[in-house]
Order: sequence, then structure tokens, then C-alpha cells
Amino acid sequence: MESNFKRALILENYEKPLNKGLLNDNSYLRENKNNSSCIDNFDIELKVEDGIIKDIRFDGEACAIATSSMSISIGLLIGKTKEEALKIIENYENMIDEKEYDKDLIKDLNAYDDIYRQPARKKCATLGISGIKDLIEKSE
Amino acid sequence: MNYKNDFPMLNKDIVYFDNGATTLKPKCVIDSICDYYSNYSSNAHRGDYKISLKVNEAYEGVRNKIKEFINARRNDEIVFTSGSTDSLNMIVYGYFKYKLKENDEVLVTKSEHASNILPWYELSNEKKIKVNYIPLTENHTVTLDNVIKSITDKTKVISIAHITNVIGDIRPIKEIVEYAHNKGILVVVDGAQSVGHTKVDVQDLDIDFLAFSAHKMLGPTGVGVLYGKYNLLNEVIPTKFGGGMNISFTSKDMIEYKELPYRLEAGTQNIAGVIGFGSAIDYINKIGIDNIEETCDTLKEYIIKELKKIPHIKVYNENVEGSIVTFNVKDVFAQDTAIYLDKYNICVRSGSHCAKKLEDELGIKNTCRVSIYFYNTKEDADKLINALKNENILVESLGV
Repeated sequence: MESNFKRALILENYEKPLNKGLLNDNSYLRENKNNSSCIDNFDIELKVEDGIIKDIRFDGEACAIATSSMSISIGLLIGKTKEEALKIIENYENMIDEKEYDKDLIKDLNAYDDIYRQPARKKCATLGISGIKDLIEKSE
Repeated sequence: MNYKNDFPMLNKDIVYFDNGATTLKPKCVIDSICDYYSNYSSNAHRGDYKISLKVNEAYEGVRNKIKEFINARRNDEIVFTSGSTDSLNMIVYGYFKYKLKENDEVLVTKSEHASNILPWYELSNEKKIKVNYIPLTENHTVTLDNVIKSITDKTKVISIAHITNVIGDIRPIKEIVEYAHNKGILVVVDGAQSVGHTKVDVQDLDIDFLAFSAHKMLGPTGVGVLYGKYNLLNEVIPTKFGGGMNISFTSKDMIEYKELPYRLEAGTQNIAGVIGFGSAIDYINKIGIDNIEETCDTLKEYIIKELKKIPHIKVYNENVEGSIVTFNVKDVFAQDTAIYLDKYNICVRSGSHCAKKLEDELGIKNTCRVSIYFYNTKEDADKLINALKNENILVESLGV
């Protein structure tokens, strides 16, 4: 992914994040995720029906990397089965951890493929998606 | 003056503006710690051999230096702790826990550091006391009038920072203490940001309890001071029990504890830290506290004046004295600004700065904080200002 494209993608998702604002609906699972080493803080809601991710919402204050990666993750994971979503998350986390991963699977999340160069930002880039992962694992 | 030769960290091509979190250490402090470990390493208060006596003299010598530095009446009003947090917890849990009754009120402010709020919250849950807030002015400062308005017949203690760590305002402690004492109210002062930055004379201010940390005034981490007026301090019940603080114990009913200050210093203390703290005080005395304060004030005024010229910067505390500048870049999250500045090796803090209740007052949760100490220079300030003039801070912070 070319640098200018990455930047534009990140900025767009930071400035106009997808599904920001909580629904407080009982059919959603909910979790708070915060980053102990910085100030990112998200509340996340997830709705699963028949093994398919129907909706993901979030709210909170966080940096550009955390907010944009949350937004891109939401766009990518809605509509996927739980298994497909977990596979995408696993590959994304592998990329952040500098392990082998499937580029084609994680689509726009490739924008963060050089975050490993900024160790302090690794947690920002995975905060939201790790919350989504927790909620998927909690869902029946 | 140029302090680069005195501070190893000042020769690392960084601009350090996070002095509110911790200050850098002069070489003399580092050397005194190494000297203790290299040349007379042993425990204190054991007079059986020469080097132990030397440790004892050094340790107690620092107590005397601190007594002089804050103008306490006597050496046993100075208790070494692990830092301001420890000191404040000892005040709340060793003294006020036994003095306050149900419905008694404690006055704090919303701009206090967590260490001066959480112990009171915990005590309020335990003892059914109330924690009330002195309202802040529109500049987020404390005035005597607002203190007076907040006092009720139930108010027993006012616990406030001398200088706050987010806004940097200096509270009128002397006036508050005078008024409080006339009402029979005790005053606890969190001096973490003030001792070593402005003159703190506990007799002149008539403070009842004072907490401060060595590392925020050139000393090492892990050491601080609990000051209390002798009669009050003498009623502080130890919150830690063990070696060094007892005289004898033959059964659980036959325990005898030492006099002040040792009764409140259980276990082997941070001897190296205390010795380093002594060197820090010597260094500060050499520079002069008035000189330190003036240097910080001048630089702060300059930074605010220049930042105000930049349209995309919002400064939150321009009308406040002190050595802190709190700001945000328009539409940029505080942490992104800090990460951006780090690319230029400029160290500033972002976040709520442990003052999580201040959000109610500022209307914003997270800010960037520039906290100045006397070794910061106009050159440091210009590097900061020039970096902040950039209109693409957000994009450049991304690092992709």
C-alpha cells in the first residue's frame, strides 16, 4: 500500500469513523478497552446473530491510529462469520507482531503494516480489534 | 546560565519538558548515590562499625538539610517516605482515619492529583465522611473566597496541592491556612509540584502536613518526605510495622515503638535515595530558589506568548502563574501531538495527568502539558514553538 494512500485512509477513518456512538441495546455485548500505557479508551458493542457479525459500535477518546484502525476493522468485520472474523483478526495481529500473515485477508488494515517501527503505537493499532475479538469469543 | 555540564541528560539532544512528571538529575546527585554504593554501603542506624556510622550521619544529615530547606522547627518533623503518594496515604490512613467521624467533611478540588483524591475517596467509603470540592474560578484557580464559601461546620480538613500539576496554578496557602485554623480546620498540602520550585516555609505558611517527592526536585525516584507539625505527627499511627520502628516486643500486648521520626520509617529505608536527595537540595540551594522560580516564570511567559500567535493552538492556562503550559492542537488528539513532538526529540506529556476530575472543569479530558524547570532554555522553547507551527501535525504524527 502506498504511503499517501495509507495516510489518506487513516485520516479519513479518524476524522469520520464508522459506527461511532453506542446504541446501549441489550442485544449487543459490550466491553471497555483501554490502553494502560497511554490514554486511548474505547467502549465497544457487538451484535452476533446466527454466527454472523451483524453490527459493531464504539465510542470513546483515542489517538488517530487507534480510532482509525477501529473504524477500518468495523468496516471489514461486519457481515463476516465469527470464524472468518477471528481469522482476519489473527492475521492482523500477526502483521503487527511482525509474524507471517495473509495480506489479502486483512484488506485496508494493511495501512498499518509499518506500525511495528513505532513500538509505542502497536497497542494503539490493536486496541479496538482486540476488544472486538474478546466480544466475539464471549458471544454464544 | 547553562546547566548542560551539570546534567548528563541535557547532553542527549533532547528537549525535556516533562518536569512535572519527574525532573532530570544533576551529576552530583548521581555521584552521591554511586559513592554510597561504592564506598560506604551499609545499613543506617547500626552503630557497630565505622562505615555504618558514616551512613547514619549522611542519612540524618539529609533530614537536617530538609528541615532547614522547608524551615521545619525540628528534625523529627521530617519523615522519609517513598514519595508524595506514600506521604499522603500516611496522613490520611495514619492520622485522619482515627480523627474523622461520620459526616465530617474534607475539602479538596477537582484539579488535585489522584494521590490527593483517591486516599480520601477510600476513607470516605470506609468512614462515611464526605469529600467536597472547592469550586475553581474560570481560570481553574482556587481563591480564599471560594474556600470560605465551601467551609461548613462539618469541615475538618482541607487537602490541596500548593501548585497543581495540570494547570500549574499556585494556591494562596498562607491565607487559606490562616482562615482554616481560625475555624479549627487542619490543612494538608501536596507539595509535589511546589517544593524545590518555589519557596516553601512550613512555619510561615503554618502548614499542618506537607507531602513532597525528591524526584520532582532533582533527586532520585522512590524517596519523599512527610512533614507534620510535631504534635500532629506524633499522633500519626504507623501504617507500616516492622524493623527499625520498634524498641521491643515480647508479646502482642507488650510492644514498644520508637519516637518520631523512626516510628514512621519501618524497614530499611531508601538510604541511597535519601543521600541523593541531600545532594539535590545542596544543588538547589546553590542555584537559589528565587532564581529557579524566576527562570521558570520567564520561560513560561515566553512560550505562552509565542503559542498564542499560532492559530491552531489552544492554551488552557494562559492567565495562571506557575511553570506549566497546558495546550492542545486543534483537531489533534493530545497523544498524537506528543508523539509528533517526540519525532523532534521534544518530550511533553499527554493525557489527563492523573487529575481525572479536572475534566469536569476544563470540559476536555486530555491535554498536552509542557512543564518547565530552570535548566530549560529559550532554545528549548523555540524548538517546541517551531515544531508546533507546523500545520500538518496530525499527518506527521501518524508515522506511516
